[in-house]
Amino acid sequence: MTKSIFRDGDIIAGALTAALGTYITVTASRWDVMGPEGPGPGFFPVGYGIALIILSLILIFQRFTAARHTEENRPFDWAGFRRAAITWVAFTASTALMQTLGFYISFGLLTLFLGLFVFEKPLKSALIAGVLSAAGFYIVFDMALGVALPVGLLGF
Amino acid sequence: MPTNLLWCLVGCFLGTVVGILPGLGPAATIAMLLPMTYSMSPASGIIMLTGIYYGAKYGGSTTSILLNMPGESSSVVTCIDGYQMARKGRAGAALGIAAIASFIAGSFGIVALSLIAPPIAAFALSFSSPEYFALMALGLALVVLLAGDSLVKGLIALLVGLWLTSIGTDLFTSQSRFTFGQTSLLSGLDFMVVAIGVFAITEVLSSISDQEETQVLPVPKGFRNLLPSWEELKACRFAFANGSIVGFIIGVLPGAGASIASFISYGIERAFSRHPEKFGTGLPEGVAAPEGANNADTGGALIPLLTLGIPGGGTTAILLSALVLWGVKPGPLMMTESPDVFWGLVASLYIGNVMLLILNLPMVPLFAQILRIPVYILHPVIFGVSVIGAYSVSGRLFDVLMLAGFGALGFAMSRLKFPVAPLVLGFVLGDAMERALRQSLMMSQGDLSILISRPISAGMLIFAVAVLFLPLLPRFRRLKEAAG
Repeated sequence: MTKSIFRDGDIIAGALTAALGTYITVTASRWDVMGPEGPGPGFFPVGYGIALIILSLILIFQRFTAARHTEENRPFDWAGFRRAAITWVAFTASTALMQTLGFYISFGLLTLFLGLFVFEKPLKSALIAGVLSAAGFYIVFDMALGVALPVGLLGF
Repeated sequence: MPTNLLWCLVGCFLGTVVGILPGLGPAATIAMLLPMTYSMSPASGIIMLTGIYYGAKYGGSTTSILLNMPGESSSVVTCIDGYQMARKGRAGAALGIAAIASFIAGSFGIVALSLIAPPIAAFALSFSSPEYFALMALGLALVVLLAGDSLVKGLIALLVGLWLTSIGTDLFTSQSRFTFGQTSLLSGLDFMVVAIGVFAITEVLSSISDQEETQVLPVPKGFRNLLPSWEELKACRFAFANGSIVGFIIGVLPGAGASIASFISYGIERAFSRHPEKFGTGLPEGVAAPEGANNADTGGALIPLLTLGIPGGGTTAILLSALVLWGVKPGPLMMTESPDVFWGLVASLYIGNVMLLILNLPMVPLFAQILRIPVYILHPVIFGVSVIGAYSVSGRLFDVLMLAGFGALGFAMSRLKFPVAPLVLGFVLGDAMERALRQSLMMSQGDLSILISRPISAGMLIFAVAVLFLPLLPRFRRLKEAAG
């Protein structure tokens, strides 16, 4: 039980936000908190930084003292988390590739990847979705609306 | 202007579509489309975006009734009786009652907005920096109180939002704050990037994570099959009034939200019913009351936004940012400085309500087909529109990378049951709140008593503190009983 409580989401979240609050308070205290003309740039951050530390500790304390609920016995949905994580990594990678490949090719590749590996569609369906989505965006946003989007080495 | 009618129709149509699509809400849609309205006039832009806001309320009932899955959070209660009506072959009547209740209650909310907004704005003209600080503090306190199950988590989300808005260059002293040495952060984080990330990207990630197969119940063909019987309409007359009044009052309260309005309205309807045991089995009143409440809520929610500049939730926070981006300052002076925007918006609410009734009654079978769009096409499209929205802010890929970051943050918050709305509201109001506080303290040369020596600001601050401590009262009582 002691080991599992430290893997609890609320404990981890509380620890992270307490660390954030500490960082905010320490950083902001180096700026002017109160000067002759009134509060400085550090005034507000020091205030909410300290509040964040206190609330984070309360959250951790509440989690330690709360009774176990039935939903805690529900296993974590690792499959769902993996799908979301893969999706997010693919999305971030496609963003990074936009500088080189341009928006439309990156977006088409993202659609293809998600169709194949996240939604597990056949290659033909995923490929058609990728090509048609990219083409649809090009027609609507570039040709019709004239929205400027990242252009890659191929000129679009 | 005729073009404003067109934008009203576009907004209502998009809102209905968004309301039907589970996993895509009006907040995310408005955030994604906002950058594309920069070339429009402020009146046209706000008319279209507000059309999405209340159009989604109409559309949300479609999936509740046909799928037992709410298209919007405010349509959750409609599932209870709406889906049961559909299972009994009365899907058409349920959809018709939802549309009629939405129209009646929406009309009530708009009339009430027109009458109540001017006196509130006149009162708010007496506000100075201390009153504005107190008002924003009260707004944030009310939001956090009603935002979720855990007050502590809501407050933490709020404080993180305040931190995010501090990132950048201090307005008064030009001190760079929390920029981590990045020149891209000197201008601060853009609200659009934050909003699209924590709403749109998060919704897609959550939807992918919670993959579920659903079956759509058939919608009857023919306009006549969408109309409820005369007896059903008569049975709903108290529900129409209940939804209108409850929805509007709850809507005025920052942080309350249409979900709460629909729950309360349903509860009242059941409590005063001659046959409460039949609720949950497919009663028309069980559809009319919550659907009316979630539409009347819109008129109420626009009052603090337009007259005081205080958004009551995530969607109105984005509308606030939209108005600011167009150079319109929501607040007591909006009616005098930007009357075309204010009254144009109110007029569009009247017209849009009629448009939505016309759109929703005969076209529901068509809209229901949208539910058949495969998710492997829909989700990438949402990603694409989100990227365009973020990139359009400043033409920087840095903003798109920030978008991905906020998407991850929003997803983590949703899994850990941290409410997102306080974070967004903290971000929207934090900068103005800090400015009002520092201006107040400059006026008093550092003396905090300026905030409590003025009666209006003192009253609002006391109320804000009371609101924050109110949920703790039952706990104190239990501890006292246990000790005794």
